[in-house]
Amino acid sequence: MAIVALKGLSKRFEGAEKPALNQLSANINAGLVTGLVGPDGAGKTTLMRLIAGLMAPTSGSVTVDSLDPIRNAKELRDVIGYMPQKFGLYEDLSVEENLELYADLRGVLGEERRETFARLLEFTDLQRFTKRLAGKLSGGMKQKLGLACALLGHPKLLLLDEPGVGVDPISRRELWRMVQDLVGQGLAVVWSTAYLDEAELCQEVILLNEGSLLFAGAPTELTARVKGRTLQLRHFPGNRRHLLTRALRRKGVIDGVIQGRNVRILLAPNEKPPMPTDLNSRNGAEVVEVKPRFEDAFIDILGGGPGGDSALAEHLKPVTSERETVIEAENLTKKFGDFAATDDVTFSVSRGEIFGLLGPNGAGKSTTFKMMCGLLKPTSGSARVMGIDLKTSAAQARQRLGYMAQKFSLYGNLLVRQNLDFFSGVYGLSGSHQQRVISDMIEIFGLQQFLDRSADTLPLGYKQRLALACAVMHEPDFCFSTSRPRALIR
Amino acid sequence: MFRRLYALCRKETLQIWRDPSSVLIAVVLPVVMLLIFGFGINLDSSQLRLGLVVEDHGAEVQRFVASFFGSPYINVTVGTRAQMEQALADGKVRGVVVIASDFTQRLERTSETAPVQIITDGSEPNTANFVEGYVKGAWQVWLRERAAARGEPMPAAVQIDSRFWFNPSALSRNYIIPGSSTIIMTVLGALLTSLVVAREWERGTMEALLATSITRSEFLISKVIPYYLLGIVSELICIGVAVFLLKVPFRGSILMTLLVTTFFLLSALGLGLLLSTATRNQFDAAQGALNAAFLPSMMLSGFIFEISSMPLPVQLVTYVIPARYFVNAMQTLFQAGYVPQLLWRDVGCLIASSIFFLGLTARLTKRRLD
Repeated sequence: MAIVALKGLSKRFEGAEKPALNQLSANINAGLVTGLVGPDGAGKTTLMRLIAGLMAPTSGSVTVDSLDPIRNAKELRDVIGYMPQKFGLYEDLSVEENLELYADLRGVLGEERRETFARLLEFTDLQRFTKRLAGKLSGGMKQKLGLACALLGHPKLLLLDEPGVGVDPISRRELWRMVQDLVGQGLAVVWSTAYLDEAELCQEVILLNEGSLLFAGAPTELTARVKGRTLQLRHFPGNRRHLLTRALRRKGVIDGVIQGRNVRILLAPNEKPPMPTDLNSRNGAEVVEVKPRFEDAFIDILGGGPGGDSALAEHLKPVTSERETVIEAENLTKKFGDFAATDDVTFSVSRGEIFGLLGPNGAGKSTTFKMMCGLLKPTSGSARVMGIDLKTSAAQARQRLGYMAQKFSLYGNLLVRQNLDFFSGVYGLSGSHQQRVISDMIEIFGLQQFLDRSADTLPLGYKQRLALACAVMHEPDFCFSTSRPRALIR
Repeated sequence: MFRRLYALCRKETLQIWRDPSSVLIAVVLPVVMLLIFGFGINLDSSQLRLGLVVEDHGAEVQRFVASFFGSPYINVTVGTRAQMEQALADGKVRGVVVIASDFTQRLERTSETAPVQIITDGSEPNTANFVEGYVKGAWQVWLRERAAARGEPMPAAVQIDSRFWFNPSALSRNYIIPGSSTIIMTVLGALLTSLVVAREWERGTMEALLATSITRSEFLISKVIPYYLLGIVSELICIGVAVFLLKVPFRGSILMTLLVTTFFLLSALGLGLLLSTATRNQFDAAQGALNAAFLPSMMLSGFIFEISSMPLPVQLVTYVIPARYFVNAMQTLFQAGYVPQLLWRDVGCLIASSIFFLGLTARLTKRRLD
């Protein structure tokens, strides 16, 4: 049963070139999780706000449980529970005080309140933390508290705006299980996300890109469209990256990624799969059809991924010897008081490798990074970069690394051009060499159109590009990046 | 309605209580400020260091010099012209009085005037004025005594017998302290509240609140009440410190004082909330509050700098500064007591500005995001 109906819904903000939402028509049904999927800036939050009655549509209509969100605002608020990004919690109030505040505002009182609190606290497993300030909770616990606050009263529709952001996978999974429980009770849940793995789990998805609807329906239905077009190239000898580049250069291959030892490719409709010999390989190599994933279908509907040749790779000096070890951590330990942020970590990274450091929030990823950059002194153990010990000559080692921090470390109120000038200067580039590098970076990362805009106003994807440009301008031997992986930006 | 209002007020109060800076501003700042204004800023110069160069040793001169030593306000050092010029340059004395060698001679001849030279330190104009005033005062005293001794009438036709009303000892502290709570009220009312609505926007809690059924007025009133109470407590502390610690006389009624404070606070709160609502950004709001509320209340309210001595255009500007009426009312209440026609004019202006700022804030407060 449809609880939300969107008909020709458009929203245009003053001064914006393109509408934030363009002629959207779709339904959202009760009793299941609807994924609101799309890259940053696709219009997900705007749509949520229109449904919640926090904004008025420019044209078209929204009805929620046969109410108009603007005209019947009062009644609507009893129907929906809304968890905004950042969860909408007061960090200087305790768990209990946050719940009490929202309970009072939603009119959950007396016996009903006691009962609801007991149920929600058990549901979210927060009983032990009722006296703790919300600001002192971990990301996952904040998210659960935000959910509990949104569930006060008896909403029929729960709107969750990017609940998975800034939360580790374990907490995300827990939240997912909780949402499934709610759906089982007949609630409609809208879960917005830019992660395709989350989208795949939803019973239905609304796929947005640049304000337009690409697809509405079950993810399996979308995935079925690329059936037979996803292939894996197995047992190919030689460098996998070269193989991928060769594959992507072929007509009819619209996307490809490295998957462990293999390369996975996506074909355009009605294209014949390439033979191993087409990709100059010898015996043993095979091309196998594999099960399509939601991501393949998404790339397909967007019209294909990026091409095979990386402009950045062409700019950077080719790596000379493949096997040389550039980064070494040996029994790396950092203690803050009694608390060991990283305990006895040992690893090494060679040239030409992308080395992933995985773990939930608080696992010690950032601490390790900071020690590898010489920004933190290890309590014991050693960190070496190109054989240089960071304990003794951090500055020397830093000259050889590029660092792209989580929040991109750009100067938001400087222009793109000024950011490039500044960072190239800081890394010690000067004169005509500096000018050449900057113009190369502008070309490689497609920044030309944004040069005279301040970095803050860039779309997220371009902010990321600029940050990467700033991190690699001085041709470092290796680059650290602490950005969280985003499924849709590649 | 009242349940939601109560919940919002409670939340706001808890936030104030948990934020050490607001308690610091409300309780510690008044005490520190009053002590600074009470002891640090003193526009009177109770002990002026004065140099005296006496090059004439006639009997009249002796008597004239004696009149300096008789004053409790002047600390006299006698020396040669060169010594005193050096002392002035070193800042050891604030002014030098020179009685030239032909003083007696010229005094005898009725056709001539006998000049006394006063050199003052112009780098501190306020003190320089005092030096001039004191020396003239001493001169007057001497003239009077001289005339009396000779059995002549006063040479000057007019004799000034001054008396200060409302502040008999003309202590600057007595008029600075009452007005100084304007600073505290402004910091509390405008600066602190300029942050609170912007904070809700920045932390994303505003969106969550808007999704509940609170009304605009509930939201605004919940921002006003806790800070208003905090301001009143702070004002009472100010009055307590002023009266009991600094011994500033208080002649008005507490009730009237609270009434005046109420409307000044409401207008300051209104301005703070207006900036916060308009900018939705804590940094911009604080900058705005600093320029629109704090600086004017410091400089244009008349609490340190007298408005009547400002150039006319600036004087006109002060009429739109609510702090002006607050300072005026507080000075009236402390020094003169209950003067209805003065106080009600001030209260009226404060009510008008409260309505203006709070009304504008209410208009700008949106129930939606777009």
